[in-house]
Amino acid sequence: MQDTFPLKTPTQTRMSGAGMALRRFYSDLRREPLGHAGFIVIMILILAAVFAPLLAPYPAARQSLGEALQSPSAQHWLGTDEFGRDILSRLIWGAQITMRTVLSVSAIVGPVGLMIGITAGYFGGRTDAILMRFTDVVLSFPSLVLALAFAAALGAGLNTAIIAISLTAWPPIARLARAEALVVRNTDYVAAARIYGASHLRLLLLYIAPMCVPSVVVRLTLNMATITLTAASLGFLGLGAQPPMPEWGAMISAGRRFMLDQWWVAVMPGFAILITSLAFNVLGDAMRDILDPRHTRG
Amino acid sequence: MSSDTLGGPARAFAGRVLQFAISIFALIAVTFTIGRLLPTDPVGAIVGELASPEAYAAMRERLGLDQPVIWQFVSYLRDLVHGDLGFAAMTGRPVLDDLKIAFPATLELATLAIIISFILGVPLGLAAAFNRDTWIDHIARIISLVGHSIPVFWFGIVGLVVFYAWLQIAGGPGRVDVFYEGLVPPVTGMILIDSLLAGETAIFWNAVSHIILPASMLAYAAMAYITRMTRAFTLEQLNQDYVVAARAKGAGQARILMHHILPNITVQLVTILAISYGGLLEGAVVTEIVFSWPGLGQYMTSALLIGDMNAVVACTMVIGLMFMTLNFLSDIAYAFLDPRTGEG
Amino acid sequence: MENQILEVSDLNVAFGRGSVRAVDGVSFTLGADKVGIVGESGSGKSTVGRAIMGLLPPSAHVTARRLHFDGLDLLDQTERQMQSLRGNRLSLIMQDPRYSLNPVLPIGRQVAETALLHGNMSRKDATQAAAAMLERVQIRDVARVMRAYPHQISGGMGQRVMIAAMLLSAPRLVIADEPTSALDVSVRGEVLSLLDELVTSNGSSLLLISHDIRMVASFCDRILVMYKGRIVENLTRLEEARHPYTRSLIAAMPDARHPVHRLRVPDRESFEPSHTPLAGETL
Repeated sequence: MQDTFPLKTPTQTRMSGAGMALRRFYSDLRREPLGHAGFIVIMILILAAVFAPLLAPYPAARQSLGEALQSPSAQHWLGTDEFGRDILSRLIWGAQITMRTVLSVSAIVGPVGLMIGITAGYFGGRTDAILMRFTDVVLSFPSLVLALAFAAALGAGLNTAIIAISLTAWPPIARLARAEALVVRNTDYVAAARIYGASHLRLLLLYIAPMCVPSVVVRLTLNMATITLTAASLGFLGLGAQPPMPEWGAMISAGRRFMLDQWWVAVMPGFAILITSLAFNVLGDAMRDILDPRHTRG
Repeated sequence: MSSDTLGGPARAFAGRVLQFAISIFALIAVTFTIGRLLPTDPVGAIVGELASPEAYAAMRERLGLDQPVIWQFVSYLRDLVHGDLGFAAMTGRPVLDDLKIAFPATLELATLAIIISFILGVPLGLAAAFNRDTWIDHIARIISLVGHSIPVFWFGIVGLVVFYAWLQIAGGPGRVDVFYEGLVPPVTGMILIDSLLAGETAIFWNAVSHIILPASMLAYAAMAYITRMTRAFTLEQLNQDYVVAARAKGAGQARILMHHILPNITVQLVTILAISYGGLLEGAVVTEIVFSWPGLGQYMTSALLIGDMNAVVACTMVIGLMFMTLNFLSDIAYAFLDPRTGEG
Repeated sequence: MENQILEVSDLNVAFGRGSVRAVDGVSFTLGADKVGIVGESGSGKSTVGRAIMGLLPPSAHVTARRLHFDGLDLLDQTERQMQSLRGNRLSLIMQDPRYSLNPVLPIGRQVAETALLHGNMSRKDATQAAAAMLERVQIRDVARVMRAYPHQISGGMGQRVMIAAMLLSAPRLVIADEPTSALDVSVRGEVLSLLDELVTSNGSSLLLISHDIRMVASFCDRILVMYKGRIVENLTRLEEARHPYTRSLIAAMPDARHPVHRLRVPDRESFEPSHTPLAGETL
């Protein structure tokens, strides 16, 4: 089955405008309690990332060896790590890293996948065959292992991790965009634009791409959960953001050693990852249900 | 599914075989790129920073890095065909020999995990679909959502602390307790099987206590996926007319499930079995670190951290091959298992 | 009236929380005769059939003053009791054998299932009963068809298989819901007369649901015309039709004896009581 969404007619889109559409979307979202909760969590995370300097009770790197490995208390809500750093503060600062990774990967993967997909779907024939074969090949790679190998070859670091994850994350987007483009290219309004002489590029960018964007955004949102997990895995294995950066996966890796007696050091960042990933998943599910009512039966 | 299935099963099959061949070639090219082209200084990684210029040049020649890239790729292919994966600087042994030990350990872990995830995931998915929008369905949904979202390495750590350290009902890290190590002659490399072959039941049960925790933790994500998919497949079938017809004949829930719906979703279940198995091999990489499981994942990450690219590339290759083969098998499962695609 | 098989009085069906009734106050009785329900799609005729069978989805709310079958109050039956009725004393033949036959089970097993469920017999005996039944629905090469999968047989044969499965235990009442409309025109007549023949020889009652009023008229003793969930007319002969909706249905169906150039499209305004939309109805 293909994930396609009902098409709005261009007049509808134009009349409502982006602001109206967003407002309508939000009022739909409020009727999905789980999805709405996910949305709120994501908003909180983004705010935490943006205002980390204001929100975090302590600087991320402030060491205080006298306060090392303290259990959660009024002063340190989530306890302290082996250097006496406040875990809550590090999690808040770490939200910056997670959000940066997730948004960077999405900003690379979304447009790349969209362009490959709609090009294949719009032109069809040989172009389609070649692009989709290529997509299928990349899709058949084990993405985490490949990301690990790339990160190892290019040297560990946050940017390497972003590139490594992006390399294998675009194919599902491309397949989705292709399926959408196949439907859109046969609509009357594309045919009309073609008759008055719109160029291929114009058709692709102004007529086909906008129609595919909603479903791509949904798919990206669901992907963000996976990206969060992959990035944390790379961090955990020492191939993502490097210490002393407060990357959540790396924090778990460091906290492992104290797991038996000071469980909070490793457990707290894990909850941060779990909640973030969960929020992306429920938000993505809700968005899909809203944009594609046919899917709700599944 | 892919659009070229319309050209008859044989053509689709041929197309899929070609796709598989291209994928493997691409995997080889990618691993070549990762191993030989990307590292800023592959020679330095082997000889070390303190090597003399002569030793450096000698190693560069030995690695064939003074040759054109195409020629390097050809000799890489030739080595692969001969099963020569190079030496692992980390262990000082041929990578192939290391893999022969590490691979069965991973296979054992992933296989047990897939069994657990299937035994739990399929019934849960069926129950959720048959009791749609009841508390059973909601619980299944929560279990599967969390499974999709949980970082598997963290879950492993928590599991280890809870079940091993606190409750003491599971064995600790490693495949067996230290004093049992090396007592079983390796035949298959899988300790559960080897210990039984050797008639060592004490070691077998000890190994069970060690593997059950990592396998269960690893199984969770796959189970989440299997539950979700089984539910979706079943709901799709429940809307079909043949289910109404079966009920009109007087068949009850259990009979409709066992005799009508299960045969219809078997092929789909086999497909997701293969896909999740591939996913488990990947998940094993991080799980092994947590449980000190001497498999591919642990081998690969140790190699990653010291930049031993031969070992990294070989592991990527082995996991990639398994992954692709499983995807391939899942795609062609339709041709063999579904009566609709036979005899047309 | 004595010998009543089915007695339906004030049957109502609503789906979900919606106030719109798919079936609205339907009453009729059925003895040892053949009755047709006619109406356009969405008129609620199929819902009546499924409601009697107890096969509506859980979202359906079924109420009735009386829904009696063969002396049993169907609304009082437990699911288990309904299971022992269905396929045994009460059967349903559905529209399209391509969907109503299970695609991955051999034909033989699907027919034998009825025998297995209600005949209290071994698998071997059930298979034999299925073979005998397939013989009765005039399938030639029975042994081969028993092993075949649904996609390997034609639509007409598929529907005969379906009839075999549903009539195997000689039910008192057969509900046939558009049994021929998915079939090729050339085999419709033969499937229908086969059904008629089996129903007559079993002494069963038949409730034939269709949109084709002429076909129903030629097979049934009585015709109930449904429109928007209600029975608007109860006829024994087409010529009696008074209601404008019934007349428009007759006019919309081609009649081989009186060919016309263009079939009439029902003109809603002529039979709508008033064309202000009902509450809850969307435009």
